[in-house]
Amino acid sequence: MAHAVESSSSPAPNQATASTLWQVELSAASGFPDRLAEEVLDAATELGLLQPGTDLSVQSCRGFLVQGFLDSAQTAEVARRLLAEPVVHRATIGQVGDEKFSPRAATDRMVYVLPKVGVTDPEAESAGLAIRELGYDVEGVRTFRKFVFSGIGQETLQRLARRVLCNDSIEDLVWGPLKLDRLNSGSLYRFQLHRIPIREADDDALQRISREGQLSLTLIEMQTIQQHYRQLGREPTDIELETIAQTWSEHCSHKTLGGRVTYDDGVTSRHFDNLLKETIFAATQTIRRELGDNDWCVSVFKDNAGVVKFTDNYNVTFKVETHNRPSAIEPYGGANTGLGGVIRDTMGTGLGAKSICSTDVFCFASPERDFESLPPGVLHPRRIMKGVVAGVRDYGNRMGIPTVNGAVFFDDRYLGNPMVFCGNVGLLPHEMSFKEAQPGDLIVVLGGRTGRDGIHGATFSSVELTEASERVSSGAVQIGNAIVEKMVLDVMLQARDRGLYHAVTDCGAGGFSSAIGEMGEDIGAEVWLERAPLKYAGLSYTEIWISEAQERMVFAVPAEKWTEFAELCAAESVEATAIGRFIPTGTLSLYYEGHLVGELDMEFLHSGRPPVIRNAVFREQPVRSFADDWNASVTAGEVLKKILAAPNVASKEWIIRQYDHEVLAGSVVKPLVGAEHDGPSDAAVVRPLLDSSRGIAVACGMNPLLGDLDPYHMAACSIDEAVRNCVAVGADPSRIGVLDNFCWGYTDRPQTLGTLVRAALGCHDTAIAFRTPFISGKDSLNNEFSYTDSSGQKQTISIPATLLISALGQLPDVSRAVTMDLKEPGNALVAVGWTGPHLGGSHAALVLGQHGRGEVPKVNPPRAARLFSDLHRAIVGGWVRSCHDLSEGGVAVAAAEMAFAGGCGAEINLAGLPLEPGRNLTDFEILFSESPSRFLCEVPTEHLTQFLDRFEPGAAAVVGAVTSSPRLVLRSNSLVLVDESLVELKRIWQATFHWK
Amino acid sequence: MVQPRVLVLRSPGTNCDAETAYAFEMAGGLTTALHINQLRDEPQRLDEFQIVVFPGGFSYGDDLSAGQILAQQVRNRLFERLARFPEQGKLILGICNGFQVLVKTGLLFEEDEQGFPASLTWNTSGRYLDRWVGLVPGDSRCVFLWGIDKLELPIAHGEGRFVVRDEKVLQQLRLRGQVALRYRSHGASDNPNGSYDDIAGLCDPTGRIFGLMPHPERFIFPTQHPSWTRQRHEPAPQGRQLFANAIAFFS
Repeated sequence: MAHAVESSSSPAPNQATASTLWQVELSAASGFPDRLAEEVLDAATELGLLQPGTDLSVQSCRGFLVQGFLDSAQTAEVARRLLAEPVVHRATIGQVGDEKFSPRAATDRMVYVLPKVGVTDPEAESAGLAIRELGYDVEGVRTFRKFVFSGIGQETLQRLARRVLCNDSIEDLVWGPLKLDRLNSGSLYRFQLHRIPIREADDDALQRISREGQLSLTLIEMQTIQQHYRQLGREPTDIELETIAQTWSEHCSHKTLGGRVTYDDGVTSRHFDNLLKETIFAATQTIRRELGDNDWCVSVFKDNAGVVKFTDNYNVTFKVETHNRPSAIEPYGGANTGLGGVIRDTMGTGLGAKSICSTDVFCFASPERDFESLPPGVLHPRRIMKGVVAGVRDYGNRMGIPTVNGAVFFDDRYLGNPMVFCGNVGLLPHEMSFKEAQPGDLIVVLGGRTGRDGIHGATFSSVELTEASERVSSGAVQIGNAIVEKMVLDVMLQARDRGLYHAVTDCGAGGFSSAIGEMGEDIGAEVWLERAPLKYAGLSYTEIWISEAQERMVFAVPAEKWTEFAELCAAESVEATAIGRFIPTGTLSLYYEGHLVGELDMEFLHSGRPPVIRNAVFREQPVRSFADDWNASVTAGEVLKKILAAPNVASKEWIIRQYDHEVLAGSVVKPLVGAEHDGPSDAAVVRPLLDSSRGIAVACGMNPLLGDLDPYHMAACSIDEAVRNCVAVGADPSRIGVLDNFCWGYTDRPQTLGTLVRAALGCHDTAIAFRTPFISGKDSLNNEFSYTDSSGQKQTISIPATLLISALGQLPDVSRAVTMDLKEPGNALVAVGWTGPHLGGSHAALVLGQHGRGEVPKVNPPRAARLFSDLHRAIVGGWVRSCHDLSEGGVAVAAAEMAFAGGCGAEINLAGLPLEPGRNLTDFEILFSESPSRFLCEVPTEHLTQFLDRFEPGAAAVVGAVTSSPRLVLRSNSLVLVDESLVELKRIWQATFHWK
Repeated sequence: MVQPRVLVLRSPGTNCDAETAYAFEMAGGLTTALHINQLRDEPQRLDEFQIVVFPGGFSYGDDLSAGQILAQQVRNRLFERLARFPEQGKLILGICNGFQVLVKTGLLFEEDEQGFPASLTWNTSGRYLDRWVGLVPGDSRCVFLWGIDKLELPIAHGEGRFVVRDEKVLQQLRLRGQVALRYRSHGASDNPNGSYDDIAGLCDPTGRIFGLMPHPERFIFPTQHPSWTRQRHEPAPQGRQLFANAIAFFS
């Protein structure tokens, strides 16, 4: 047998005497698909770069460059045992530059794609590790993809290369055979302290320093810093300015939302000293005060995630982050690190929470966009969408955290600024919910190594491959390595339970600078920067300090626990390094090889920023009715089908099934439910403790179309939607916490900021009325994209006002959970909640080209709150067989979805629907109105009386029944409005994203 | 009866270990989780256990190919001890990534001069897929599948397509009673990934080493079934039976 004998270490093979650069190519064995080539052809055809049927042939392979002390037989052994997969791969091995790697025919065009030096390349890292375990001395490994084209013109190939083969923000493209002597990795760094003279600088010079250093500090902020250093009697060092810039950045300190705002809506004007505190936080404070002893919030707006009570022993945590800009440049890496980052938020909450599930919401431009009409510098929305989904998939699945909830919203205003929201829920023992670093604790970094990743404007020479001295920014975008984060999570939970540290936080934006700065805010710290483990040599002390390399966590470890902590990490091959100490000086002191390179007063750093003062205005728009000719000949059935096919409503099964939504074994209500497991669930239900029947519900609400009419009501309706989705699956409405993510355009413009203030007011009022506290949030502002169009005009696209509300509900007993698919013919269908003529911002308006017209839906918070509570009691009573909330497309779409998900027909007389008192509605309005706080419920006839008695008179009414006929029939008394086949409706709903 | 001791083998990227251990505990096993690093240092610790399970996940990120790096470590350090398990009357289970590891260690079938004759590779769709499948046991002596005539379980994998070098390999696997589980529902194929002969799981000829792509530990509660809310009575959590069979083997 070919197996090595067990021993404590692998037998050391005879080492080759010289280091050689080997190339190992793996191509598909005969009978197996050439997947990379197929993907390239599909993508090129999809994007309109190739006409279908073009006579083009592509062959691909992937491979490894291995620099090490191996001879050719040893390399072949490595390829056979490790790199090539049995049966499916054919391996070609040789030295780089070998004749066998040249194109066969003179007309063939060969191109290599390699990750840029410094970009995370997990496969190369793992290959290096595994080859070393076989006993070989390996200096470096890089992966590559290679394509050989024939039958393609140079111009098409160039476009294909740029648009499909490679993303030049992270990859290098090399034409023809590789010409390389060896793999390099970085160059040595020589220490030199940099001071930036600012004390004598005039305003112009200050602004120039900020701009050229990419510090994003305003003039007033620069003047404040100048004043500070004048008082100190010295010039700042580069690392000090960087630290201040990071700490005062929009990203880290929410200077707009937390700033002073003067707001004028034409009726009244109002001044906020801190917009966020006086709207979102204030709502939570009011609710907690009202709840008194029953307050179930534990830690809100303080830690990396919001924390609320769950069981007698556990709290749950929730955070949703945005990762928009990185996803626009490199969709895969941006989404990948977006999810990785929010999982670290969970890990960095309290003494470290355990992730239990994720939610991911995206906004893109239409994937059907004409390729030729894309502005320069913009990736095609379809490519962005596929990359983002793959990025979330690969991080979440590898970490083993189920992705259970999500939504996608399409609008062409997201063309240059796609939105990527990544959320994560965690489980945290009560006694581990708070943390405090202590003086004397060591500052320990765990996990990934530090590189130039994410350093603004960092440039990094792509040493050998481009030959010329092309300087590129490999820093702007990052690729995650989920397994490194999983390894950190594994040891962190063990260290936590053994009490080996006092505090933990994640390294996110700002890297060590933010993590250590925040953790030591009330103490003081000294940091020994040269000790941070680096991915490659050559980083300056400032780069080490502000690097945003992924998968790093910072711990405060008491000196007496350090040995045990380090041993625990070593046992699972996790790198842990003490890089400093918290000391009670109130000062942040940064050292590099014994030199003091920065010294900052914590008080100035965290409280010295001058307040931002902004103006906001809002003017209510008058309601415009639909254009006179809107209903020329369209039937209700046609409108229904158009809405079902609309990308916001259509089935997202293509996405959902790529996510592992069942790992950790807590799945109760899956994102797809029903007879054939393909109906759209309102919310996900997860049971995070294997020995408890208590569950959580995760849902979201978002509708930027409403924001175009009135952001106040958009906010109210989004909260309503998130809450009602939770209630629909059985969550207790008195225990739902929500998160806000405000993504807006350029808020220095008073009109844009005005819409944000208006939305924040809507959040405040609705949350209080619902007693639904905000527990955490995150904003992303200035999402605008500017370009020069073909006629030379500057164009700017601002995203619509985008407010994502994410809800975390709780179910006392998951066996009471309800799904939205119809169950049994003969059961009654009951409409719950009042319908008004609310077509403003509706999907009916959208598909008929009437967006912007119609009356915007308004929540009646006290009535809605009572209704949610009544419905919840009916569900707990066991009287509800299915329940679906009414949202996009109103009752017509909800009934259709329930019917085709359950494989049962439905017959409904809409004349019986409860209407808002005093309103008369047309049949069209009743069918497609998007009034909030409404549900359609399936109730067995034996429970009908009990069910109806739960509600205040007029709030619920029997409108029809589940049938055994495979049709959806919607009538207004004797007039049939819709009579459609369920098979056909489902087909239409699934066709939009029936992607390969 | 002495509780059988179950080793849950962890490695960087293992992520189904907790629920797999829970499933064995429910069935009456006594579980211990050990990291591959510990076992590499002390391979004799394998002797403490009656059952070894390789849980699902992405060992070492599946960076070279699924399960490859962990499989190499097992081959280098643990192979001989594990290969003796069947003759010692002990059991080995590999679920999902654990199955991928077993296939690439040679514990289920051996290498010849051309390398391994079979592998688990990319789904024909080229994509990761999470869905429930119908399964029917094949003609084998698989201990874990005793008394089961059909079951439903979820799959969640990108590289679950079972492929062989040629038809002879399949014939031999069938002949030796190694085809333990197939993707079948209501008499028809329910193949989610293009596996040859609808193969979802394989055992060694003794039936004591078993690997499968579907996740039995994800159906140990009624509420895990995708349409449990449609049923009047709670569905029996069929995954439990596999763990119960393994424990009962020692009574």
